[in-house]
Amino acid sequence: MNSLRRFFKEISQYPSAVIGMLLILGLVIFSIYTVITIPYEEAISLWRGDENVWYRTPKTAQPKWINWFRKDDVPETFWLNTAEGDGTKTEEFSNGTNKIFISLPFEYNSIYFPQEMSIYFTSQFAAKEPFVDIKMITPTGEEIRIGSFAVGRKHTYRFSQDQKLQRRLKGNSPEQGIFMNLTSETEQLRAVPGTYELQIEGVAFEENSTVDVEFVVYGDVYGWAGTDHRRRDISIALMWGAPVALAFGLLAALGTTVMTMIIAAVGTWYGGWVDEIIQRITEVNLILPFLSILIMIGTFYSRSLSVMLVAVVSLSIFGGAIKVFRANFLQIKESPYVEAARAYGASDRRIILNYLVPRIIPLLLPQLVILIPTNVFLEASLTIIGLGDPVLPTWGKLIREGIGNGALLQGQFYWVLQPAVILLITGLSFAMVGFSMDRIFNPKLRSV
Amino acid sequence: MAESTLESPLPIATPRKEHDSSFIRVAKYMSVRLITMAFTVVLGLYLTILIANMGGYVDQIRRGDIREFVQQQVRNDPGLKSLSAAQRSQIIEDRIANQEKRLGLDKPFAVRSFAFLKNAVTLDLGFAEFITADNGSRMVKNIVLERLPSTLMLFGATNIILFFATLFAALSLSRRYGSWLDRFIIATSPMSAAPAWFYGIFLIVIFAAYLHVLPFGGMVDVPPPNNKVDYALSILKHLTLPALALALNQVAFAIYNNRTFFLIYSSEDYVEMAKAKGLTSRDIERKYILRPTLPTNITNFAFLLIGIWGGAPIFEGVFNWPGLGRTQLVAAGLFDTPVILGTTVIFAYLLAITVFLLDFVYALVDPRVRIGSEGAKS
Repeated sequence: MNSLRRFFKEISQYPSAVIGMLLILGLVIFSIYTVITIPYEEAISLWRGDENVWYRTPKTAQPKWINWFRKDDVPETFWLNTAEGDGTKTEEFSNGTNKIFISLPFEYNSIYFPQEMSIYFTSQFAAKEPFVDIKMITPTGEEIRIGSFAVGRKHTYRFSQDQKLQRRLKGNSPEQGIFMNLTSETEQLRAVPGTYELQIEGVAFEENSTVDVEFVVYGDVYGWAGTDHRRRDISIALMWGAPVALAFGLLAALGTTVMTMIIAAVGTWYGGWVDEIIQRITEVNLILPFLSILIMIGTFYSRSLSVMLVAVVSLSIFGGAIKVFRANFLQIKESPYVEAARAYGASDRRIILNYLVPRIIPLLLPQLVILIPTNVFLEASLTIIGLGDPVLPTWGKLIREGIGNGALLQGQFYWVLQPAVILLITGLSFAMVGFSMDRIFNPKLRSV
Repeated sequence: MAESTLESPLPIATPRKEHDSSFIRVAKYMSVRLITMAFTVVLGLYLTILIANMGGYVDQIRRGDIREFVQQQVRNDPGLKSLSAAQRSQIIEDRIANQEKRLGLDKPFAVRSFAFLKNAVTLDLGFAEFITADNGSRMVKNIVLERLPSTLMLFGATNIILFFATLFAALSLSRRYGSWLDRFIIATSPMSAAPAWFYGIFLIVIFAAYLHVLPFGGMVDVPPPNNKVDYALSILKHLTLPALALALNQVAFAIYNNRTFFLIYSSEDYVEMAKAKGLTSRDIERKYILRPTLPTNITNFAFLLIGIWGGAPIFEGVFNWPGLGRTQLVAAGLFDTPVILGTTVIFAYLLAITVFLLDFVYALVDPRVRIGSEGAKS
């Protein structure tokens, strides 16, 4: 306990270590928050969801915060749903027909046009489909007739696919024609900001028959992380990437260092042929191409994260660290207190676990912390070359999909840069703490 | 200049020893290392083959592929349409057996693994299933050897430049201990935690996607220039970003590491003595500080290089560099077992050669090997 306090006192002398520890704490809290708010099953079903789950989000929309850095805001994505109480909906039943009037007023604040607009109808009826008539009222009071048609139980109206509407709008595409000032020739490429109103008049032919609408305006920004080519919200993968990366990094680092230390201790204690075999395995392991073998395992066997974890740990156990540990164990082995333990008849197991291993912990801890970012990046590397876990949404997967779908060529930098920056922060925070710990625990390096 | 640093101190370090005997000792040490290394490589390759086959799982996939391919072939052959179903299935079975024999699937794995091993060691890796070399050859050997130079150029050239650059930067930095540059290097040394490909993505975003000054990837312009000078310039242009990415990954940490050892050695008594004798600081640095730290620095460099070989597939993948690593990725995507195995074998060889060469340099610079007291343990 006392030594722990001394350690914290000492490490607080290093500003980079303090920043690193705060960042790690933040990441851990973020991971816990993620796992609680978006449970595993939900995250996976959302990430594998198709257009039915993500019908309200635009394709490759940038994150909201880019508007902070722009002079003119790009349009945000929003939706109005009468079933959820947006807008006003009145119904009047007389003479066997139900007259429905829906008014959906909305503010449009951007001078840019939206990407797309859609209206999703849901109606209830027994035999005869209701009929709707749609109008848009612009801020100048102008009335644009959108269209009129019968709606089934589920009906989707996409503005961009309406050829007649396009003709009525003087050949402009509906997303643009509705929002631009059609009378002025000069200002045609800018949207007119202001309060618009979507009016829908419906006629249903049965008493309990009614229509609900959901009006979606697909802007160019969505959420705090944007969306990808399949309309999925990138924030899900950004959030779930944290617990996956931390868990993989920590488990792989812990598994590797502890196993390496035990093997080095056993090798040096028994010496002779045991040590010799360990040395030879280390040499063979040194020339095994690490990533190539992981590629083989991923290609031929399984890509699940747990299999990769086992493979990574077993390939790293006999790494370079074993020589460092061995050199130190060789020194410790000769210390008088070990000789004393041997003299009173302590068992091999007792000497290794109670006398050799504790002495190496100052060397082990920095090693462990420095290995965490290595493994966090390794997980991302594996995902980027296509060997990632098939179901989990992770940071590496975002980078891979972004690059694979031309995000860099089309200027959708947010898609690749957001996960990359979070990865960098995660990696650097552990590395900063690890490097400082190394200087505290190994004073030979600290003195210079 | 670099070579003179390595070799000039030799006669000074052991003036009493006969040149001959030290040569023999180095040769003896190296031949022992060569033999151990050969055993190590063979063992490593066999392990690779075992992992590659993973209990016959690959064979099953390949058998399935062959069956599907042959069935498709027979179904689409108009000449065989008139035959009865039984005759047709007979033809299918015959052709499958032929194909399996061609790919060597009819022998048990234990037998095949040793045949595989012999082929792997002699680089006789058979024929690729899908990938072809640029000259149209399907021999794995040709494919692999064709891609080898570009990988060597990328990693070899860049790393040797980085090694000497960081060595001398660290030497000059150790003179300015505590300066802002020194503290900057210490502060940025954790950057090595992120792999080189990762910085590559940032560099591509900045220089290729945003500024449009350097290419996204590849090795030469398309179409390649005819003129030799233009060709070299084009390669240099494409090499800039990968080299910069490797530098961002290594420089700070390598300088920090080297500088630490220089500082440790510069407080030794014999350095004080040399200073007292009034030797120039240049002589002190070269002969009394750089010389004894060289073995440590070389070992550090060896581990660095080994780490970088391991990451080659993804690094080349990010930069679309037509080397061994990217070929391996493509082969993995196509389940082209011979090529995956071939590239893995070549990487194992490259690692072994790296270790061996560094052992050799180590033997040259570490006096313990030459004098023969305690064989140097790398």
